[in-house]
Amino acid sequence: MTEKLIFEHSRPGRSATAQRPHTVAAQNKMPAALRRKSRPLLPEVSELQAVRHFTRLSQLNFSIDTHFYPLGSCTMKYNPRACNQYAMLPELLGRHPLAHESLGQGFLTCMFELQEMLKDVTGMRGVSLTPMAGAQGEFAGVAMMRAYHQSRGDVDRDEIIVPDAAHGTNPATATMCGCKVVEIPSLSNGDIDVEALKGAVGPKTAGIMLTNPSTLGVFERRIVEVSQIVHKAGGLLYYDGANLNAILGKVRPGDMGFDVIHMNLHKTFSTPHGGGGPGSGAVGVSERLLPFLPIPIVGKEGETYRWLTEKDMPKSIGRLSAFMGNAGVLLRAYIYMRMLGRDGMHRVAEFASLNANYLSVRLQKAGFEAAYPERRASHEFIITVKRQARELGVNAMDFAKRLLDYGFHAPTTYFPLLVPECLLVEPTETESKQDLDAFVDAMIAIQHEAETDAQKVKTAPHTLPVRRLDDVRAAKQLDITWKAPA
Amino acid sequence: MSNTPNNLKYVKSHEWLRVESDGTVTVGITDHAQHALGDVVFVEAPEVGRDCKAGEACAVVESVKAASDIYSPISGTVIAANGDLTGAPELLNQAPYEGGWIFKLKPSNAADVGKLLDAKAYEEVLKSEA
Amino acid sequence: MPFIPHTQDDIREMLDVIGASSVEALFDEIPAGLRAKPLSGIPDALSEMAIGQLMQARAVQDGRVINFIGAGAYEHHIPAAVWAIVTRGEFYSAYTPYQAEASQGTLQLLYQYQTMMASLTGMDVSNASLYDGASALGEACLMAVRAHRKSKSLRILIPSTVSPIYSKVAHAVVGHQRLSLESVPLSLSKDCGTLNVSALDAYKGQDITALVIQQPNFFGQLEDVDALTDWAHANGTMVIAVVNPISLALLKPPGQWGAKGVDIVVGEGQPLGVPLSGGGPYFGFITARMEYVRQMPGRIIGRTVDLEGKQGFTLTLQAREQHIRRSKATSNICTNQGLLVTAATIYMSLLGAEGLEDVAATSCARLDELIAAVTKVPGVQLKFAAPRFHEAVLVFNRPVSQVLDALAKQGIAGGFDLTPYYPELGNALLVCATESRTTADIEKYAKAIA
Repeated sequence: MTEKLIFEHSRPGRSATAQRPHTVAAQNKMPAALRRKSRPLLPEVSELQAVRHFTRLSQLNFSIDTHFYPLGSCTMKYNPRACNQYAMLPELLGRHPLAHESLGQGFLTCMFELQEMLKDVTGMRGVSLTPMAGAQGEFAGVAMMRAYHQSRGDVDRDEIIVPDAAHGTNPATATMCGCKVVEIPSLSNGDIDVEALKGAVGPKTAGIMLTNPSTLGVFERRIVEVSQIVHKAGGLLYYDGANLNAILGKVRPGDMGFDVIHMNLHKTFSTPHGGGGPGSGAVGVSERLLPFLPIPIVGKEGETYRWLTEKDMPKSIGRLSAFMGNAGVLLRAYIYMRMLGRDGMHRVAEFASLNANYLSVRLQKAGFEAAYPERRASHEFIITVKRQARELGVNAMDFAKRLLDYGFHAPTTYFPLLVPECLLVEPTETESKQDLDAFVDAMIAIQHEAETDAQKVKTAPHTLPVRRLDDVRAAKQLDITWKAPA
Repeated sequence: MSNTPNNLKYVKSHEWLRVESDGTVTVGITDHAQHALGDVVFVEAPEVGRDCKAGEACAVVESVKAASDIYSPISGTVIAANGDLTGAPELLNQAPYEGGWIFKLKPSNAADVGKLLDAKAYEEVLKSEA
Repeated sequence: MPFIPHTQDDIREMLDVIGASSVEALFDEIPAGLRAKPLSGIPDALSEMAIGQLMQARAVQDGRVINFIGAGAYEHHIPAAVWAIVTRGEFYSAYTPYQAEASQGTLQLLYQYQTMMASLTGMDVSNASLYDGASALGEACLMAVRAHRKSKSLRILIPSTVSPIYSKVAHAVVGHQRLSLESVPLSLSKDCGTLNVSALDAYKGQDITALVIQQPNFFGQLEDVDALTDWAHANGTMVIAVVNPISLALLKPPGQWGAKGVDIVVGEGQPLGVPLSGGGPYFGFITARMEYVRQMPGRIIGRTVDLEGKQGFTLTLQAREQHIRRSKATSNICTNQGLLVTAATIYMSLLGAEGLEDVAATSCARLDELIAAVTKVPGVQLKFAAPRFHEAVLVFNRPVSQVLDALAKQGIAGGFDLTPYYPELGNALLVCATESRTTADIEKYAKAIA
């Protein structure tokens, strides 16, 4: 199916008339010198045309609601509909962020309880809900580390240690905070190179950014030792919570020695990915970083809730958003956590790991090569098709594209960079055994095709709205806004 | 097997350098580098008049999957940038040593060229990285 | 077990295949000393019905207020079709369109959004969103520093008529990167509430990387954007515009300010089909001149063709982004605000240019009504007589907090108290009216403060 551009549906003078406020006095009373002279290029369509156009567009997408979506490091679990419904209750939806706190106690109660639950689940002493995505949470975390060192007169600490397997946001964040990145290698068994770490720490170390389990899909077994090495050198430990789904309720980052963490509420706590966002990157801190948390934070006085701001927290690293972060996302996470409850929280990691280990073993038994076959999978694992690439000319991208034809969204490909021709697979706990088995069957079928009819795989996908797209041309002949034909 | 012309000098970061008859030098990236990058979509060349130190990042070559810094092999002042690459960045893939040159320098010190790798030494680098 | 489909049989069969004795055994690589005790701070699970009842109770506790606050978040009517479509699973639960062939819906929608935003702001190119307007200003400052080849000072001028909230966020976002954000003090032209161009005389001839101009400004007043833009360009300074997208239906877009138009435009997209929702999620937009496209942070969607020459859409210029460029990326941004952009694109399609003009003009008309009604009350004055959009500053003969309390008792959120930020204005309140406000609402407001 294809769908024209909405501009191609437009006809001059057409509009969705039910949407007009119908005011007699509605004229452009702006001063002449400041008045707009020509209309912007916006669609001129009827309401039905608009509805039909966007509905048809939605049907061109894969989504969790329609497809198994085992994207490693993204945690594509079911987004419960109840979270959306109750976050969008009219009173909650209509609330202005600057309205008086007395008019928002219901909302503030939810936010306070969310802060408390996130503290408990992560073992941290304080939480701020304001960062609007994981990357902003990382920014807050590194900024807090710097603020801590500077508050103690330790102003030379500007190096952040990052494992070479880290997600790209980690080094990018370090740079945004004015720090230098020091990369350390990972060992062939997936753990970081502790000897290299010992050589990398020193008086300039502000901290280390880690995730555990790591991006390689395995648990960092020497984490306590790593924590001691970095702390002894005067540095702090930052936890990238992207993989929290693997350990939720089983291990707490605070107990592993981390000083600051960010959580991805749009991963672990199942808020919707929405085609690229919004997310929420709530941060948690240990005792010594409490004064630096980004504001505002919800505080409780007796039975009343209020925002803690600059006056209450003068050492805060500041405000990262105009208001208080992605409130609607936070409400969805709150509702999800209340529906899971204590027992449900423990079960997340159990079943995420059960599904990942099952899928990993089944694929290995079917002849696929795991990157770390001797390790337990965490909530995700890596398969490499480097042998297929070398012997059959069929690489990870080809497998990914052919999986789309079989009705599965592909796993993450070519990340982490360390493993050549890799697929990072994360089934999540909300998938059934039969869906996992169907995925294995598809992989086996594609492997067979790769051996007997490689071209079919290399030119996939065949059954989607478009064939494989020319991204070289997209970059060279940049066409990022539509222009009306002359 | 990538192509490594004998009449050029090289650096470990995969740039080549050619000394011209008037003492200026021309700089580009090697066949190995262009192959690793894939189809080049954009080249950000340094401004004429800019001073570059040896080993300083002074240009960026962008493909779909990577954006690589290009490091100046020796110190000098930029005297020209290859305007052909604006409309046809693929020249860098097609002719990395001729039409795909990136910029020209007036060297601060002509003798610096002697410190660079010759073709054989560069091929050793490629073997060790493989 | 909510959302977990496994039966006991499933679990047993799966453990057999893995060769593990129990699910607990799957965690045997984790040192025993690190294993968490049962979480005591999480209450028992609630059924969907129970959490629904709890949330209803909390929502009812907050109730509905009649909203007259603007200050960066604006209540407009959102057509019912917008969120009916946005909450379709195919949009709601889709991921970032990294597998382009499986995401043509999202990608085409974003391409259309980019087109609309570029045109609305009068610029060449747009990205596919940033987190919000305030953080987008921070990103614009970083972008100006990257893009301005000749300026080395890293000094950005932010007039005090720019939202003080945005200014705080910009400081927090760029504070670690050697930029200097300098405030141009308030020297309000009499009755105008705008920045006097002569206030910039102190900076003439200095190396200033960029000047930020907000239109309408934080007080709702209209700046002399042509004079300010021309001053900046004559000084070798780039211009970053911060704008309200609804106002652009009536106002000259930043691409046409001054002789050459501005360099970068940012703003808050929330007015376009996104509910107030307690402060977020919203979305920031950024548009720019074509020559700066490679310095623009965030995702960008491009149109291309597939193997068979058929039109398609894909993420492009990704080499600038964190997942490829890593420590040298234009920004660390990864997740954006895709779902809200979806809402905005549908909203703009339903309203069209004429509909947006209607909304904007009606909002201005309602504000006029509000001003007329409240200035009849003794002790209430309009501070600035000069032209404005849909917000105005009122000055009272008593503390603003008292006024707001009186209004709150009548279920009205009366405005934004300016006294902590601009004490020199006196007992000043920033009020906003949009097409959502009725004559009855306005009469209730005037009565409550009498």
